[in-house]
Formats: sequence, C-alpha cells, structure tokens
Amino acid sequence: MWACVLFIAVTLVTYVIFFIIPADPAKLVAGKNARPEDIKRAAHYIGVDKPVYQQYWIFMKRLVIHHNLGRSFSNRQNVNDIVLAAAPVTATLVFGGAIFWMLLAIPIGILSALRPRSLLDRLAMVFVLIGISAHPVWIGLIFSYFFGYRLGLTPIQGYCDVFNPPPGASCGGPVDWAYHMILPWMTFMILFAALYVRMIRANVLETLGEDYVRTARAKGAPESQVMKSHVLRNAMLPIVTMLGMDIGLALGGAVFTESIYNLHGLGQTAVLGLQTFDLPTTLGVVVFATLSIILFNLFVDLLYAVIDPRIRLA
Amino acid sequence: MSLLEVKDLKTYFRTDDGIVKAVDGVTFSVEKGKTLGIVGESGSGKSVTCLTIMGLNSKKNTITTGEAIWKGEDLLKMSSRRLRELRGNDVAMIFQDPMTSLNPVHTIGRQLSEAVLLHQDVSKKIARGRALELLKAVGIPRAERRIDDYPHQFSGGMRQRVMIAMALVNDPDLLVADEPTTALDVTTQAQILNLIDKLQDDFGSAVIMITHDLGVIAEIADDVVVMYAARVAEQAPVDNLFKRPAHPYTWGLLGSLPRLDVEVERLVQIPGSPPSLLNPPRGCRFHPRCPYVMGVCKTTEPPLLPVGDDASHLTACHLDQATKDAEAEKLLAGMMAESV
Repeated sequence: MWACVLFIAVTLVTYVIFFIIPADPAKLVAGKNARPEDIKRAAHYIGVDKPVYQQYWIFMKRLVIHHNLGRSFSNRQNVNDIVLAAAPVTATLVFGGAIFWMLLAIPIGILSALRPRSLLDRLAMVFVLIGISAHPVWIGLIFSYFFGYRLGLTPIQGYCDVFNPPPGASCGGPVDWAYHMILPWMTFMILFAALYVRMIRANVLETLGEDYVRTARAKGAPESQVMKSHVLRNAMLPIVTMLGMDIGLALGGAVFTESIYNLHGLGQTAVLGLQTFDLPTTLGVVVFATLSIILFNLFVDLLYAVIDPRIRLA
Repeated sequence: MSLLEVKDLKTYFRTDDGIVKAVDGVTFSVEKGKTLGIVGESGSGKSVTCLTIMGLNSKKNTITTGEAIWKGEDLLKMSSRRLRELRGNDVAMIFQDPMTSLNPVHTIGRQLSEAVLLHQDVSKKIARGRALELLKAVGIPRAERRIDDYPHQFSGGMRQRVMIAMALVNDPDLLVADEPTTALDVTTQAQILNLIDKLQDDFGSAVIMITHDLGVIAEIADDVVVMYAARVAEQAPVDNLFKRPAHPYTWGLLGSLPRLDVEVERLVQIPGSPPSLLNPPRGCRFHPRCPYVMGVCKTTEPPLLPVGDDASHLTACHLDQATKDAEAEKLLAGMMAESV
C-alpha cells in the first residue's frame, strides 16, 4: 500500500517536472528543418499533444495493464528493452561493488574497533576521510589513468557481457566481464567502504560496551566467541539496513561511475534520456529505480525479521 | 583456609582528568558457603572491587595491585586463559540490570547452554537438559516452553532469574551478585533475594552480595564490609555490625533506613555527597560529612583497627571506643524506641 503511493508520487513528480522544462520533445523528434505542421504531427505521433494528466493516465494504464513502459521519443525503441539492456550492467556494478566494499569494510571496521586509537585505526580513519571526501569521478579518473593507462593492468573503460555476447562484440565471457569491471568495482569499493568502515567501527565499539557482552565474558567465553556470537550479530543489524538501502539506491543509477567507465547502465541511460528530452526512457529508469528501492526495503524488512528476534513478534 | 582472600586490593583508572582511585586498599575474605555483604553508596567502589576480582575491567588504562587469592592462586596474576576457566565455572556473577545483561538475539536456552558448553565437555543435548533443570530450579514457570524464548519475552524479574540460572549452571563455589535487585520492583526484589538464599543452601556456594541496602545485608549476609569512597570503613560479622556499629558512616546508613512503623516527615539522610575519587579529601575520607569530626580526622587517615578486643570487627575511625559505644547505643536505643 505504502509502496503504491510512493510509486505513484515518484512517477507523477517526474512527469510534472518534465513538462515544466521549457523544451519541446516534438521539435527534437521532427528534426532541424521541420515545418510547424511536421512538429505538430510529431507531437501527435509521440503523444505529447494531449494534456499532461491524460498522458500520465495513458502511461500508468500501459504500465499497469501491459507492463509496458512505452517507446522512446528519440529512437522509437521499446523502453522495456532499453531498461532491460542497461539493468544488468548496473546490477553487475552495484552487487559486485557491494561485495568488494563489504569485504574491505568488515575486517577493517572490526579491527579498528578492537584497537581504538591504534595505528591501524588511525590509518583506517585517514582512508575513511579520503573515501568520503573524494568524488567518484575523480577517483574513477585517477584509477583509469594509473591502472588502465600508465600501468596497463586493466581496461580503461567498457563493459563485456558475461553470457552470450552479441555477435561482433570485441570481448565476452566471465573473464573479460570481470576484467572490465575491476576498476568500476574498486571505485565503488573506495566510496562505500569508507562509509561502512566508520559505521561498522562505531557499531562494534558500541556493542562491545553492552552489558550482555560483559555477561558473556563473565561466563568464561574466550574473546573470539564473544566477538562471534555476541558482538558481531548485534553490531551488524544496522549495517544490514544500510546495505539494503544503499544497494536499492545505487541500482537507480550510479551515474558518475558509469559515465567514467562508459558503462551503458541505468545511470547513463537516464542522463542520455534527460539530455534528449526523452521522457519515456527517463521514466523507465525512474520506474525501475523506484521499484528496486521499494523491493530492497521490503527485502531488508523481511531479512530483519529473520536476524532480529525482537522484530519477529511485532 | 578461606575460599577467597582479597588483600590490599587497589584498582586505579587512568582517565583524561587524572587517576581515579576506584578501589584503594580493600581487604576481606570469603568463607566457603558463607555470604559476604559489601555495602556502600554509589561510587564507593563496591562493583569495581568485584569486577576486578572477576578480571572484567578493561585491561587498558587500569592499574591493579594487591592480591586476590582463590584457593591458593592469585586471580590478579593469573593468565587470561586460566581466568577464563574459572570464570563462569568456579566463580560466577550476576549483574545489576537484567534488562540489558542478556543478549537480545539469542534464546535464553542457547545462552544458558553456552555457559555449560564452555566449561564442560558434554553434548548440546545434555547442556540443554542442564539449562532446563536450572530454569526450573530458579522458578521459571513452564520452563520447557520458555527455554526457546528470547530475553525480550521475559519480565525483569524473570530475566534476573534467568541470569541466576546462568550463573549457577556450572555449580560455582562463589557467586558474585552485583546489586541483583536494584533494577527490580520491591515485591520482585524479595523473591529474588529469597531465591538466592535458597539456592545458596541447595548449591552450597559462597556469595558476595553487593548492595546499598542494609536491609538486604541484615537478611542474607554472614559478614559485612562497609565501603566508603574506595576504602573499607567498617567490617564485621553481621550481628556485630548491627549490635555494635562503630563508624559514623555506618550509623548514618543505619539511621537513614526507612521504617514502616513510624511516621516521619522526611527520611534521615547523611548530609553532603560522596567525594570525588579523582581527588579524595585528605585524612579520613568521611570527615567532610562526619558530625563527629575532630582535628585529627582532617590530617591523618585512620587505620583499620579492631573494635575493642573483637578481632573480627574492624573499623577505620579516630573516635575513641567509649564515645563510639555510647553513640551506637544511643542510635540503637532510638531505633528500638521508635519501633515500640
């Protein structure tokens, strides 16, 4: 219920904003030297001659009944296909990135919580500050310059399909796929790991001070067991929420990272759609992003019920 | 030989503001199967004393000296491995706040079994059986079903029962109870005290009962240590302490006990508040609040000396014995008169 309201609100706002922008998509569609009647015909053809509310109604009807997002203004491609082509690229980036950033953030976060003010903790804090302050575009450019261009270790940009690369593609298969994704993943890792190191450190530190941790020690549990079965489980609860939200959010388009590495993911598609006043494509990405955020929030809620017994009864 | 002998125990914490002497030279012993009560205001060092004995203070920024001899071994110099073997097995502890002392994400059955499995080489099934047995012993109704419940499904009193069950699950020789009833309501307090008392008989454990409530002490302790500002003010067998209290602070505590049978406008209190342990007063630490203060109290710290010829009754006060006896008698007579 709440999800439906959110969904309608987001799409409606996108629609309205689009019509406030003083640009006529029909003009772009009709071409440079179009006569007024050509533009009128184009407007009718793509459906922008009707009032906004009617257009929105048509859009919703098509989406709900036919599960169809319509056709792109600029190239008449089915938007479903556009989004479906872009989604795997973004998903690869986000999920792969998430795995890497968690792999980095969990050990560093825990170790710096165990030895606050130690050398490791201080180094981690420096890293966190850099990661939080740095812009993804800057990190991306630095990475592709050093690792891709100067050292030649990795591709500078581009994406390869894991399965069934299209005929004529220069590369394909899992190895090429992963090889091309290394830098984007690393960029994502630096950005998010920084935030997560800080969160994990704070949570572990807080949990270490809990009474039940003292109880566990009073039972005679060795530190490893105290950590494993009493501290981490509790400290990770908020991290799970954060991870779910971040992944949902990032799926909507990691615009900067995608642009730097020329990955034709959702973020780039949305930016392109905006530049060409291509409403259906932009909306398609927005719809997809909204859905993924809603789904991930739902998923996190369900997961929470499994890992936190206090939620189960509610 | 005593079960536990604590000698000149000192626990200092290094803080940004300086060194806090949380425990500053405390000596006492616990006999097998007996109950030692440690009484004092908040911040007098009662809890820190016990946490130090259990080795539960964080190692960082803590300086500990003195001895705590447990059956011939010094707990303070023990390897952390050996200490872990004793903790939860020979010496167990119950904490003040049952609401936060149990891990919210594990069932109580799991938390009890964990304690068994840490110290006994038995199967999970046997550990669970033992856990269930203890839950029944501490009076959890329908223990068979509740063993798989989570802590948030229990009330405060029930959680404290679970904590007690967890502490006793390995049949410890010493149970340290750190204000086990403070966080509970009054009717539950009595139940928990009776439970500890009864289980002490059943299990034959010695108990260190930390409390700020002399009523609790009168009810279950055999020996009493009265702590004030990180030091021992008076220590004695419980009967002696109540019959012949010999320290103005103890008088204050006795005098401030609320009574049901007399109407009073206002409860009697000891004026002032406990001193900062960062910078305790010179001389006797109680002198700023003591109604009997003399010149010597402000300069010289009174040693802990026997009261009269009673070697088991020690007190740290410069007042002469005759005055003490007279004052104590006056106080007790007053209390008796009131209750008539």
